[in-house]
Amino acid sequence: MSTTAAAVRPAGAGSGQKGPRRSRGRGLGLIAWLAAVVFFLPIAWMTLTSFHSEEDAATNPPSFAAALTLDGYREFFGADGGASPWPSLINSTVASLASTLLVLILALPAAYALSIRPVKKWTDVLFFFLSTKMLPVVAGLLPIYLFAKNTGMLDNIWLLVILYTSMNLPIAVWMMQSFLAEVPVAIIEAAQIDGAKLPTILTRVVAPIALPGIAATSLICFIFSWNELLFARVLTGVVAETAPVFLTGFITSQGLFLAKVCAASLVVSLPVLAAGFAAQDKLVQGLSLGAVK
Amino acid sequence: MTATTTAPVAAPPVRTEHKPPSGRLRAWATRAPLLPALIFMIAVTQLPFVATLVISFFDWNSLYPDARSFTGLGNYTEVLGDAALRKSVWTTILLTVTVVLVSLILGLGLALLLDRRFPGRGLVRTLLIAPFLVVPVAAALLWKHVLYNPEYGLLNGLLHYVGGPEPDWISNTPLLAVEMSLIWQWTPFMMLILLAGLQSRDHQQIEAARVDGASGWQIFRYLTLPHLRRYLELGALLGSIYIVQNFDAVFTITSGGLGTANLPYTVYQSFYQAHENGLASAAGVLVVIGSIIIATFALRVVSSLFREEVSRA
Repeated sequence: MSTTAAAVRPAGAGSGQKGPRRSRGRGLGLIAWLAAVVFFLPIAWMTLTSFHSEEDAATNPPSFAAALTLDGYREFFGADGGASPWPSLINSTVASLASTLLVLILALPAAYALSIRPVKKWTDVLFFFLSTKMLPVVAGLLPIYLFAKNTGMLDNIWLLVILYTSMNLPIAVWMMQSFLAEVPVAIIEAAQIDGAKLPTILTRVVAPIALPGIAATSLICFIFSWNELLFARVLTGVVAETAPVFLTGFITSQGLFLAKVCAASLVVSLPVLAAGFAAQDKLVQGLSLGAVK
Repeated sequence: MTATTTAPVAAPPVRTEHKPPSGRLRAWATRAPLLPALIFMIAVTQLPFVATLVISFFDWNSLYPDARSFTGLGNYTEVLGDAALRKSVWTTILLTVTVVLVSLILGLGLALLLDRRFPGRGLVRTLLIAPFLVVPVAAALLWKHVLYNPEYGLLNGLLHYVGGPEPDWISNTPLLAVEMSLIWQWTPFMMLILLAGLQSRDHQQIEAARVDGASGWQIFRYLTLPHLRRYLELGALLGSIYIVQNFDAVFTITSGGLGTANLPYTVYQSFYQAHENGLASAAGVLVVIGSIIIATFALRVVSSLFREEVSRA
C-alpha cells in the first residue's frame, strides 16, 4: 500500500506546497552553513594565526587583516634554536605506517576466516575483538611500562608499533570482515580449483577486490596511531618521542608564541586531516567499529 | 567478559566422527588464518590487564621496591577512601555525561540539517567533520592558548566586539573549558553516526506518512526518532567509551589541576609521578569496571545492529 502512495506522490501532492517549503528549506540550509562556519572557525583562525607574526597574533581585538609571514613555521622548525620537530615527526610516521602495515598483515587473514571461510562461532570471535577495544588503555599501562623497563624496550619506537597494532586491530578486523563479506565466493572457489594457496588467494584475489575498503581501513588505523598520546608520553623519552609528545612541550605558555603553537598544531594535524578527508565515506564505519555502514 | 568470549576459540572441533584426522585438520586449517591476530590480541591486551589486577592487590611503591607486600583489597579501600580519588571518579562521570549528551544533541541537530539537500551540502559536511580530524593534543592546545587566552584569545576577542565580559575561561570554569573543547571535537562524530542512521530510514514509509497528512514534527517524533534510537544509543555508548578514557584534553588544558583530574589522568599521575604502583592499578581496575558496565550495553547495541545487517544481507 505504501509503495503505491509513494509512487503517486511526486507527481501530484508536492506541487501545492512547493513555495513555502522551498523557502523554509533554504532557511535550514543557511543554518547548516552557519553551523559549519562556527565549527570551522577555530581551525580557520588557527590557520590564519599561524601565518601572522607573534605580535599580530597576540592582540585584542584580534587582527584579522595583519600581514602574512612564515615566521611561525620557521620558528616551529627550529629556526630560533629550539628543538627540531623533525625527529618526532619521523617517529610518528614510522610508528603509524609500520603499525598500520602490521595491522593489515594480521587483519586480512583474520577477516578471511571470519567472512569468506568462516570458523565456527565466528560472531563470538568478532565480538571478542570488539570487547578488547572497550578495555581502557590505562588498565594495561603500568604492566606494559614495567615490562618495557625491565626488557630495555623503553623509549623504543617498535614498542609503540606493537601497542598501536593492538589498539587498531579490532577496528581493522571488524571493518575488513564487512568488506570481505562482499567478495563473491565463486571467484575464490575458482582460484582454489586452479590450485591457489591461501596467501596467493589473499594477495592476488581478495585484496584487489576489497582494495577501497582496505585503503579506508588503513587510513583510519593511521589516524588513530598518529593521534595517540598516553602510551607515547609514558613509554618514550628522547629518542622515540612522537609528534603529539613533541606538542606537549607547548602546554606551558612561553610568552609570545601563539603563531608558533598554531603552526605546530597545524603541521602535526595535517596528515590526519588529509587521511580523514580521503577516508570520509568510510569514516563512520571505522569509528563505529563497523556497526554502522 | 573476556573469559566467556575467548571460550569458543578453544572449543574442540565437532565434526570428527567420520574421518578423525582430516576433519580435525580441516578445522584447524580454517582457523589458522585467524590465529595470529587472536594470539596477538590476547598477548598484548589481556595479559597486561591480568598483571594490573594482580598488582592492584599489592602495596607497592616503585621507589621502595623491597617494601612490596600483599594487601588484599587495601588499595581499593584506599582509592575509594581518598577524597581526591573519589572526586576524580565524580569528575570522570560528570565530564563523560556532559560531553556525550551535549555533543549528541548538537550532532542530532546537525545530522537533521545535513539530511536535506541544499547548495554546498558536501562542503558543509567536510567543514563540520574537520574538528574531529585535528590531532587531540593540537586541538587541546588550540583551545587552551588560542581561544581561551584571557588577554588575546579569540573567544574574548569576539566578546570584546559585542562588549561582553571577558572571563579567564580556564581559571574560572576549568571543567567547562575541557568540556567545550571535547564537545567541539566529538559533535562531528555523533553527527556522522546519526547521519548514517537518518540515511538508512525507510523513505517510502515517510512519504506514505506525509501523504496521509502527518506533520514534520509527527514524522520526526513517531518515525524518525524511534528509528534513530539505536543509533543514538550507539553514539552515546561509543562516545562514552572514548571519553571515559580521555587523557589528552585534561592533560593539556589543565594538567589535571583545578579539580579536572579524571580517572585516567589520576592513574597516570599516581604511577608516573607518585610511583604508587598498587594504587594506580587499583584505580585502573576501577576504570575497567566502569568501562565494562558501559561496554556491556554497547556490545548489546552493536550486536543488535549487526544481526539486523546480517539478516538483511
